[in-house]
Amino acid sequence: MSKTAPKTYITSGHSGCAGCCDAFAAKFTLMGAGPNTIVINPTGCLEVMSTPFPYSSWQVPWIHSLFENAGAVASGVEAALKALGKKDDVKVVSIGGDGSTMDIGLGALSGAFERGHDFTYVCMDNEAYMNTGVQRSSGTPFDASTTTTPAGKVSFGNPRPKKNMPAIMAAHGSPYVATTSIGFPRDMIRKVKKATEIVGPTYIHAQAPCPTGWGFDTSKTLEIAKLAVETCLWPMYEMENGEITQVRKVKNPRPVEEYLRAQKRFKHLFTMEGGEEEIKKIQAIADWNIKHFELQ
Amino acid sequence: MIDPAYRKKMVVVEGSYAVAHSAKVCRPNVISAYPITPQTHIVEHLSQFMADGEIPNCEYVNVEAEFSAISALIGASAVGARTYSATTSQGLLLMHEALFNTSGMRLPVVMTVANRAVSAPINIWNDHQDAIAQRDTGWMQLYVEDVQEACDTLPQLYKIAEDNEIMVPGMVCMDGFILSHVYEPVVLLEQDLTDNFLPPFQPEDILDPEDPKTFGAFASPDTYEEFRYLHEQAMQKALPKIEATAKEFEEVYGRYHGGLIDGYMLDDAEIVVMAMGSILGTVKDVVDKYRAKGEKIGVLKVRSFRPFPKEQICKAVKNAHAVVVLDKNISIGTNEGALFTETKSCLYNSKVRVPVIGYTIGHGGRDIPVESIAKVIEETKKVAKSGITIESQFMDLKEELL
Ligand SMILES: Cc1ncc(C[n+]2csc(CCOP(=O)(O)OP(=O)(O)O)c2C)c(N)n1
Ligand code: SF4
Repeated sequence: MSKTAPKTYITSGHSGCAGCCDAFAAKFTLMGAGPNTIVINPTGCLEVMSTPFPYSSWQVPWIHSLFENAGAVASGVEAALKALGKKDDVKVVSIGGDGSTMDIGLGALSGAFERGHDFTYVCMDNEAYMNTGVQRSSGTPFDASTTTTPAGKVSFGNPRPKKNMPAIMAAHGSPYVATTSIGFPRDMIRKVKKATEIVGPTYIHAQAPCPTGWGFDTSKTLEIAKLAVETCLWPMYEMENGEITQVRKVKNPRPVEEYLRAQKRFKHLFTMEGGEEEIKKIQAIADWNIKHFELQ
Repeated sequence: MIDPAYRKKMVVVEGSYAVAHSAKVCRPNVISAYPITPQTHIVEHLSQFMADGEIPNCEYVNVEAEFSAISALIGASAVGARTYSATTSQGLLLMHEALFNTSGMRLPVVMTVANRAVSAPINIWNDHQDAIAQRDTGWMQLYVEDVQEACDTLPQLYKIAEDNEIMVPGMVCMDGFILSHVYEPVVLLEQDLTDNFLPPFQPEDILDPEDPKTFGAFASPDTYEEFRYLHEQAMQKALPKIEATAKEFEEVYGRYHGGLIDGYMLDDAEIVVMAMGSILGTVKDVVDKYRAKGEKIGVLKVRSFRPFPKEQICKAVKNAHAVVVLDKNISIGTNEGALFTETKSCLYNSKVRVPVIGYTIGHGGRDIPVESIAKVIEETKKVAKSGITIESQFMDLKEELL
């Protein structure tokens, strides 16, 4: 980034793992949203590592309530700002993990979007429950090994594909839904900025590879994130009022195998009998993305 | 005799309407609630007030569930808004996790609970099991006897909860249907008096980009315990504040419903009947009959269940020959209601020695006739003479159904 890069509003010195994806996600989110922001953070790695009392990494007002209620807390924050005549100056942004967003907190988030509260929800999707030790979420990809969907003699890991969360949020009538990745900071910052400037409930779904949970070297977080996009397993697009309006093209998609091979969570696909067939299924997911989102 | 000038101010309205009106004149900034019988009418009336533009500077968040209702108020209160909700039974149980969170963050949310039994079996009628199940959530709980008290306790509770020394959320617990759906004469709270009595909410710490603060941090074993201690200290500070606020309320509005506790024919009472909520009216009627016969029976109303007024209770029963506690709840596995357990607990470490027995009564809206209260008093008289034989029991069980 150039020297004029926006301030991050989150200090270093937190207790996240080296190369922590959530720290990147939070940083890029605040770089996009700016200082006049109230952050709502459900329970998860980011919350735990950034606020060991009496310390705090947050240079913006920040609230953590529970694992499953960020959407509702954000609704209340927004409503209160309105009632107190402060809403025009202040942005409301929630940053939550895939577990709190796509699973346990989906009801509260759906309610908030349906009611049309003016806030931005950022899902930092590290594709499992990292804070409790890498258990499956509905954001966990097909065939990933987690502690609750471990690969074993008769299992290739998680048997289900990822939930299509952006589509769900767009179906709520959200004016702006976008996917992004912490591997593309400028893209993420731009999209968060855009989302927070739009009136109404907006949603950003950011892929955030976790070195600890996925099993790769701590220096490679951004590299792995880029690889997900380049293999077309993580399409990046924007939706305005339910329609796809922008897609990040991938000129020469790389084979998914490159992405899978780089991570321990897919290691079994290269050692188990039948693994090749499984890799083909994952390639088919990438191929579907290429076609569906017109990535080329 | 009611003063004719006072009588002129009285109107006959539904309990829920009166409570909604009270909530309105407390000038909430954010209301969030989810309908559930018998709380429904309260939120419907508030919605109508909103639709008619009668609550200025207020947002009504029409949530998808009680869990979100309380969560929205957590967010709103942290921003510095005065917040209100109402719920009961399953709704209150669904809030359970967030109730701890509200009080742990020391957010003075105020809520009316129209007490109702809990499932299973499903039952919509009154008892106190729902609120009693929340007794350790760190919320204040004030139980009211009639509609007027349900109304009058709301501004009192805001004042107590929002005291910067206290900052603890609170529930006004009113008996579902018995009070929420009854039409009785009340004086609706006047806006000007309430504005004088209840100053605007001015918390010291809020979520504000001008002065960023962290709410709901992570605390390790090094620091967590002190949070719990300070929370308990705040509750202890609420004890005198509840008394003082009730008296202050009386000065402004001319009505007093008791502070932490209230006595009826208590000073010389040999037998004391203790209870919370609307049952007290029936008990007082029965006691009147005994008094007419010259028998020294008295009533101890417990208004504040959290914080629990240990000292006041010990003092109130110290000269009695026997005490009976009526509980519209049971802590299954102890065969006791909660008020009974806690009353005994506070007496044990005091110098007061008086036999105490308990009845668990009126579950799921079961009617409590005057005859049953009289039977209880007769039993307690026996205890005063010859000691306790049965410590605690269900009242009026239907043997044929067992
Ligand atoms: C009601 C409830 N259930 C379970 C938990 C335990 N828990 C805390 S964080 C977490 C997982 C967080 O996963 P995610 O939202 O994906 O965030 P991450 O830590 O991976 O960034 C779980 C299961 C909880 N705090 N509350
Ligand atoms: S487990 Fe993953 S998300 Fe959690 S702190 Fe470590 S790197 Fe960050």
